Amino acid sequence: MHRSVSDYMSEFDDIPGTRVYTTRRARQGYWLNQFCMSLMKPENRERWRADEAAYLADWKLTDAQKEAVLARDYNRLLDLGGNIYYLAKLFSTDGQSFVQAVSTMTGMSVEDYKAMMMAGGRSPDGVRSIREGT
Amino acid sequence: MARLTAGIATSHVPLIGVAIDQGKTEEDYFKPIFAGYEWTKEWIRKPENKPDVVILVYNDHASAFDMNLIPTFAIGCAEEFEPADEGWGPRPVPVVKNDADFAWHIAQSLIIDEFDMTIINKMDVDHGLTVPLSAMFGQPDAWPVKVVPIAVNVVTYPVPSGERCWKLGEAIARAVADYPEDLNVQIWGTGGMSHQLQGPRAGLINQEWDQKFLDDLTADPQRLRSIEAIEYLRETGSEGIEMVMWLIMRGALQGDVRELHRHYHVPASNTALGHIVLENA
Ligand SMILES: [Fe+2]
Repeated sequence: MHRSVSDYMSEFDDIPGTRVYTTRRARQGYWLNQFCMSLMKPENRERWRADEAAYLADWKLTDAQKEAVLARDYNRLLDLGGNIYYLAKLFSTDGQSFVQAVSTMTGMSVEDYKAMMMAGGRSPDGVRSIREGT
Repeated sequence: MARLTAGIATSHVPLIGVAIDQGKTEEDYFKPIFAGYEWTKEWIRKPENKPDVVILVYNDHASAFDMNLIPTFAIGCAEEFEPADEGWGPRPVPVVKNDADFAWHIAQSLIIDEFDMTIINKMDVDHGLTVPLSAMFGQPDAWPVKVVPIAVNVVTYPVPSGERCWKLGEAIARAVADYPEDLNVQIWGTGGMSHQLQGPRAGLINQEWDQKFLDDLTADPQRLRSIEAIEYLRETGSEGIEMVMWLIMRGALQGDVRELHRHYHVPASNTALGHIVLENA
């Protein structure tokens, strides 16, 4: 049974506080994510740490993407086509754990975020659907 | 003839690997996480249970595959696979050895069976594959089993549906049954359970939903087949979609399936950790 691509994909925009990594974002974020991948090599991590801006000059990121990378603004990077598993190479290079980096996107301090997780995590109630408000 | 004897599912949270690699498993935070694997570690060591080969279903987290190559279903057919450097150096774990004859057999069988697999030779394997091995076998000098990696795209949308994953599991079962060598084979499904690693909604956990999913792996597996991607996303967080990989495992178990062991713990890092052992009697 064929399903309409636009019907299928548009549902993903209805989830509060979530940027589903769709093909649209994957196209937008191609160079951003490929830049992140380059940090999997130790020699590249060294060059990156020595001069971030100079390192970025070799990559075809937009100015907005470059700014967000330098600012480690992960929500902005998601909006600009970044994917969390690619961005993980960036925060791992910074020595950050997933909890540390992920918490920066929630508006909570790392301590408050950790406490929320220890208490059972964020409830899905109220954040399932923008449309339905559930 | 090769026999598919059991299915195992487990989360593959990177932090579990870190705790093992850095000797932190006895710390208060990690104790309850690892306690739930003790039963399985005992069970899988027994000669009657120990698999010769594990078909290990996992997803690559932008390690072997980047934006240049996004296979929906891939099978590793090389002799061996190195642990990947995910940004903090490769995990200090043994090289993963394949049963390449068996892997190539499965690849052929699946393609003949109309699953258009991508065949991978050179491939480093990330935490998605090595963390489950560490959870089940600890820190041996060499992994005690051969591993056939099956990598699934659950990162770039659209990802394969639960139904399609289930059917791939069924096709894998047919491939195993069609292999002449006498092998004890297990299939593992990894990833999940509820978790979200991105955006203001990060940290989402849905214990009720997860527990029902664990229940229905034996009580009502047919219900699980039809869960849509959007439900995983809404109910279990953006990364909860990894649970479709559990359905490849479950779809491969064709016999009288019995739950032998279950473990569920919140939190492991950002994640609800789930683990289940199913016998394919
Ligand atoms: Fe994963």
